[in-house]
Amino acid sequence: MSSSDVALSKTQPLSEEPKAAGRSWHLSADFLFHKAAVFAAFLVAGALFATVIAIAWDSRTSIHAFGIWGFLKSSDWNPVTQTFGAFPFIISTLISSAIAMVLGVPVSFGVAVFIAEIAPAWIKKPVATAIELLAAIPSIVYGLWGLVVFAPVFAKIEPWINDHLGAIPGIGLLFQGPPMGIGMLTAGIVLAIMILPYISSIMRDVFLIVPSSLRESAYAMGSTTWEVAWNIILPYTRSAVVGGIFLGLGRALGETMAVTFVIGNSNVLSASLLMPGATIPSVLANEFTEATTQLYISSLIYLGLILIAVTLTVRFFAVLLIRRLGRKEGAAA
Amino acid sequence: MISVYARRRCVDATSKILMGVATLVGVFFLFWILWTTLRFGLAGMHWDLFIKDTPPPGTDAFGLRNAFVGSLLLLAVSLLIGVPVGLMGGTWLAEYGFRSRTANAVRFINDIMLSAPSIEIGLFVYAIMVAPMGHFSALSGSVALAILMIPIIVRTTDEMLSLVGSDMREAAIALGAPTWVVITKVTWKAARAGILTGILIGLARITGETAPLLFTVLNNQFFSGNLFRAMANIPVVIFQFALSPYTNWQQMAWAAAFITIVFVLALSLIARWFLGKVQVPK
Repeated sequence: MSSSDVALSKTQPLSEEPKAAGRSWHLSADFLFHKAAVFAAFLVAGALFATVIAIAWDSRTSIHAFGIWGFLKSSDWNPVTQTFGAFPFIISTLISSAIAMVLGVPVSFGVAVFIAEIAPAWIKKPVATAIELLAAIPSIVYGLWGLVVFAPVFAKIEPWINDHLGAIPGIGLLFQGPPMGIGMLTAGIVLAIMILPYISSIMRDVFLIVPSSLRESAYAMGSTTWEVAWNIILPYTRSAVVGGIFLGLGRALGETMAVTFVIGNSNVLSASLLMPGATIPSVLANEFTEATTQLYISSLIYLGLILIAVTLTVRFFAVLLIRRLGRKEGAAA
Repeated sequence: MISVYARRRCVDATSKILMGVATLVGVFFLFWILWTTLRFGLAGMHWDLFIKDTPPPGTDAFGLRNAFVGSLLLLAVSLLIGVPVGLMGGTWLAEYGFRSRTANAVRFINDIMLSAPSIEIGLFVYAIMVAPMGHFSALSGSVALAILMIPIIVRTTDEMLSLVGSDMREAAIALGAPTWVVITKVTWKAARAGILTGILIGLARITGETAPLLFTVLNNQFFSGNLFRAMANIPVVIFQFALSPYTNWQQMAWAAAFITIVFVLALSLIARWFLGKVQVPK
């Protein structure tokens, strides 16, 4: 091939030259395009590791000062004396997310089954769109709504919670406190609304890929809709449903703005869910710009590192479990 | 026998009612939030919002011009960074990586990044850009927003390019087109509605993002077009004004929230409409 090329170039007139030049230009363009694509994919994958490494590196001052266990166990957060401990924030983050999961998961399941199995065709699409639009509302608007509109309404319900749930021996302690409207429980409720669209849309997507032969044989045996949903669809999609719940948990743990508005921002841990608290993201949002010393900033970033360690694990299992069911073509999360 | 049947019917009816109620609760909260934003937002609307800058505390003036310009600038720069990277990353997955082990690993990591809490990305960009530069800057905010947007674009691009039939690619290759021409002129073109959907969804996601901006751009009371300094932007203004004691600041926060939500919902609905167009021909 190359020898004939040489022969041709000798015999052909000069006007044929640009064609050959064009070809070589395409070869290098091809090479560059390929490398650009590889580089972009590398950036995408590298961002995850870079995030962890950069945040771990920036929290080194605090890690040196307080160690790992010392920081996790200490509930002393005092910028004046420059002593920092993560314990109250970790507990508050876990509790507010736990409330969100307890309230949000059953409702999400209900919404998903309603859209996938129960709803008549004409109502399916508008309802599904409405639920998905909940996910489009920016978290700061949730926070604003939660603080200005929901908290005053909730403050009127709190005396009732105080009187009834607070009277139960044992868990009653959780529901005693002044009716302020803001606090851990409010944060949990707002988080539950925020994670609802994420969990329910994943559940609905996987419910729809259950083979209709399975579903129809159950109906043919005389199963009710509930029995089909609970005994056929849920077991078939179990891993992806758990994955979707984990994804919602990851969202709840890392949610910042909405929680910052409604949790009340108290660095002291309290037994009651009606009392204010502060989660890791909310303390970061509140104190980061006010942090003056290197140790203070580093301790805040250290909190972020703990958050990353937790959410990364949760998200890892979420993606793993959702993928186990098989990737559905064309389904955007 | 009868009692078992009755019990099953009863459980079924109860569960159906509860699921209907669950759905109503979800829809109810959507309309409650939208209604609140509409009511307070329209009450806070003022022409000065668009022509004057944010007023200092204690005055009863209105103005958000610097924040609107800042936010648009932030979004534009994030698009400039995020779209090429996301598009090329997704293209690599669909056109070069296929189902290889590396490509699947990248998809896995991308899915994890897709659900990354925005505050973590904010801290990351603080660590790599703000701390070394020594001050807050609009550019770092755009980088943070771009990092949040890229996984969405990568995923939709990958999926939409995979939907393009191989016959079209093979026809182009048979005509002697080099790979990069096949991708840019044939597959991108065939999948453009889907790719655009991904970009719109990504833009909708980052428009109201506040947490990462607190660590990167912060805020600026004055008008600024300098990408290397702190810049006013709508989300941080909402955050600071909503928690302030001044009535006019709170009203402006609602007006800004209203405009943000209209913008985001419009983007989401347009994206859904585009997606509908994609799936019809398949």
